[in-house]
Amino acid sequence: MIVTFTLNGEPATARVVLPASLLDVLRDQLGLPGSKNSCDQGECGSCSVVLDGEVVCACLVMAVDVEGSAVATVEGVARDGVLDGVQRAMHEAGAVQCGFCTPGIVVTAADLLARKPAPNRAEIKEALAGNICRCTGYGAIIRALENMAGGGR
Amino acid sequence: MVEVNFGRARPDHVVGLRRVAELAEWDHRRIGATVTWRRIELDGPRALAQAARTVGSPQIRNAGTIGGNLATASPAGDGHPFLAAVDASIELASTRGTRSIPWQDFFLGVKQTAMADDELITGVRLPDDLPSRQEFGKVGVRNAMVISTVCAVVTRREDGATTVALGSVAPTPMRARQAEEMISSVTVPTEPDLAVFAHLVSREVTPITDHRSTEAYRRHAAGVLCRRLLERCLR
Repeated sequence: MIVTFTLNGEPATARVVLPASLLDVLRDQLGLPGSKNSCDQGECGSCSVVLDGEVVCACLVMAVDVEGSAVATVEGVARDGVLDGVQRAMHEAGAVQCGFCTPGIVVTAADLLARKPAPNRAEIKEALAGNICRCTGYGAIIRALENMAGGGR
Repeated sequence: MVEVNFGRARPDHVVGLRRVAELAEWDHRRIGATVTWRRIELDGPRALAQAARTVGSPQIRNAGTIGGNLATASPAGDGHPFLAAVDASIELASTRGTRSIPWQDFFLGVKQTAMADDELITGVRLPDDLPSRQEFGKVGVRNAMVISTVCAVVTRREDGATTVALGSVAPTPMRARQAEEMISSVTVPTEPDLAVFAHLVSREVTPITDHRSTEAYRRHAAGVLCRRLLERCLR
């Protein structure tokens, strides 16, 4: 089945074999491996993407269900080769260890800051509750976002 | 989708519901099947909104729906105790017509419902007159991404009428009717009343021991949790 949608602002088309997930289509067909596959069951958040304005786990979205929708992945967070504020803040705070969870955290954090420019610590932790870092590097991640909340983007 | 990812299901046909706008409609006391936990967290009746906030993670709440929770019919479904506490009905539709069935007739067993193969959940109907006090609570190992060990809703009206509904302590969501009857007749519960109430809840539930908890712990936690929720209702 042919699925047509908007991907990081550009028209995209994929030939989807049922019942493939959006994550598999992004990674294997559309050449966007930034969204990671770790748990395949929505537990880890490393495949977080923005679907029609809401952060979801791409592994839990059936690809055929994005027909006509807008999908934004971590590949679309930086614009014209310039890092987004979240990416800069995480880089500067050393908020990356093995890096596997990082794309999902960037997508989720960018969405949080777009909705709420100055979140407090509790709000940051609640927003990131669905993003697991197996390196347990949460301290630096939260500090990075707190720095942004304090200093603007 | 998890079943598909783990190779346990390979459906030949799939019906996508995300873009069926009617299913996402929410008209006061009627909540459409594809209304997400995120929307309920923001706009739902108090105890249902509290339950919504504990579902999965932000990502899960943006995608997961009240209809999906019902269709899965897990004994631990976080939305179920509220529906049981207020005596909600489930609306089903097929090419043969529509029907509305009370919650207690919808849940038949662990992940088993009264839905026929050709039926679709279209929405949930809540009563017009919701209790003035209502509280949800859940016991689990962490705040996010946790399947409850015990979850419960306690509601209370001005005249003392109290309902107590629990999840994860029986094959289906259940009401603790003896505890309800006992506490509903007490206008201003005292410490001994609360202790009896908690004891009755613990006695009425029928939990099992599994990888998540033990029967004994769930029984104890059910009583403690419902007592706390009742105390919040009484504040």
